[in-house]
Amino acid sequence: MSSIMSDLDEADATVRVRFVVNGRKTACDVAPRDTLVDCLRTQLELTGTHAGCEMGACGACLVQLDGRAVHACLMFAVQADGARIDTIEGLSESGVIADLQAEFHRRNALQCGFCTPGMLINAHELLSNVARPSREAIRDALSGNFCRCTGYEAIVDAIAAVAEARAAKAAQGAEGASS
Amino acid sequence: MKARAFSYFRASTVEEALDAHAQGGDDARYIAGGQSLVPALALRLQAPRRLVDINHIDELRGVRREGEWLRIGALTRHCEMLTEPLIAEFAPLLRAAAPFVAHPAIRNRGTLGGSVALADPASEFPAVVLALEAEIEVAGPAGRRRVRAEDFFVDLFETALAPGELLVAVHVPLFNPGQRIAFDELARRRGDYALVGCGISATCADDLITDIRIAFFSVGNVPTRARRAESEIAGSRLSPDVIAAAQAALGEDLAPDDGDDVPAAMRLHLARVLLGRLLGQIGGAT
Repeated sequence: MSSIMSDLDEADATVRVRFVVNGRKTACDVAPRDTLVDCLRTQLELTGTHAGCEMGACGACLVQLDGRAVHACLMFAVQADGARIDTIEGLSESGVIADLQAEFHRRNALQCGFCTPGMLINAHELLSNVARPSREAIRDALSGNFCRCTGYEAIVDAIAAVAEARAAKAAQGAEGASS
Repeated sequence: MKARAFSYFRASTVEEALDAHAQGGDDARYIAGGQSLVPALALRLQAPRRLVDINHIDELRGVRREGEWLRIGALTRHCEMLTEPLIAEFAPLLRAAAPFVAHPAIRNRGTLGGSVALADPASEFPAVVLALEAEIEVAGPAGRRRVRAEDFFVDLFETALAPGELLVAVHVPLFNPGQRIAFDELARRRGDYALVGCGISATCADDLITDIRIAFFSVGNVPTRARRAESEIAGSRLSPDVIAAAQAALGEDLAPDDGDDVPAAMRLHLARVLLGRLLGQIGGAT
């Protein structure tokens, strides 16, 4: 074991990486070639992040790296040393996507559920950047998330409904504050 | 679907990265965003023995003005093309192209330097830097040099980068208010690789096009300037006749491969359709 900052590590040696996962400081021993998704699933047992295509096409492995959605299959765990990672488990526990989850449930926006964590992480980022995206913008944002069950309509419906509900709530809040 | 074992080194300066790469000999690769490299490793299309991670090199970050040029650090992420004010003001063609690059999560991680260094013939940014007549700054064991975009893209996935050289920054001539830009691509699905794509940067005096640079991608092994089409337009107004002449001239500029799924004639036809649309935008933007 050695420091990743200074040494040229041998290919088979493990490296200790430290990161903050879902708000908790965590350390793992990984081989350089272990992807972040494999590290999260096998070592930390955070199996909500799904390994699908393992080549950045399907979007099932999305996590937040320092607050932005990235594919956990397209980076090696060793690269995440020092980073903040939030998985679907962390976002669920914090309650920030509770309305999205409820709306997905209400509208049957999932069947097998394999794509759902990635869909939620992507939808969460979209709604954080754009308050009321058009349906076209929602579809565009989801263009890297494959769902082989639902045909996407219900997923787009759910995200659009949450955007409307959040906007209405924000308007109400602003009204309440000004009166 | 797993990469072959490799050793990993996180560099904090350009010099450290060059040294670490040199120690790996022919079997080292730099990794930036990794959005193309990691799939290639997973599929074992490449199997380097050493990865040199350049994501933590401060010098490769940031966008700033340097005289008549905009210096865009190699690690500038695709998503920053959409949010960085200096890009919007001084390199709007990069901003116009960015939404066409892959998907949001890929754009959060992929870098300009990585895209240009990879030189995928179906990528947007190599064509954009060609249309902008940008210069590519590279560092290597022998020192630093700047390569004109025109000389940078050599062949399929092959650039002027010598073994071990590292792309440091892309330098773009500052956009000025007399210029107009247009960008678009035709793809079967949004976010998919383009069947054909094009970026245009034109300099105008009233309605007269005094200078125009047209770069296509997904039409051959390298991003390609349409110089015959450019010469049909330069010095003219964008009348329907001039646009038609430029579209016709593409037959001499482009020689796309004949593929089973996309015959050469179809790709050339689509290039002409796209050029017509974009010149319409350039002509209509007053």
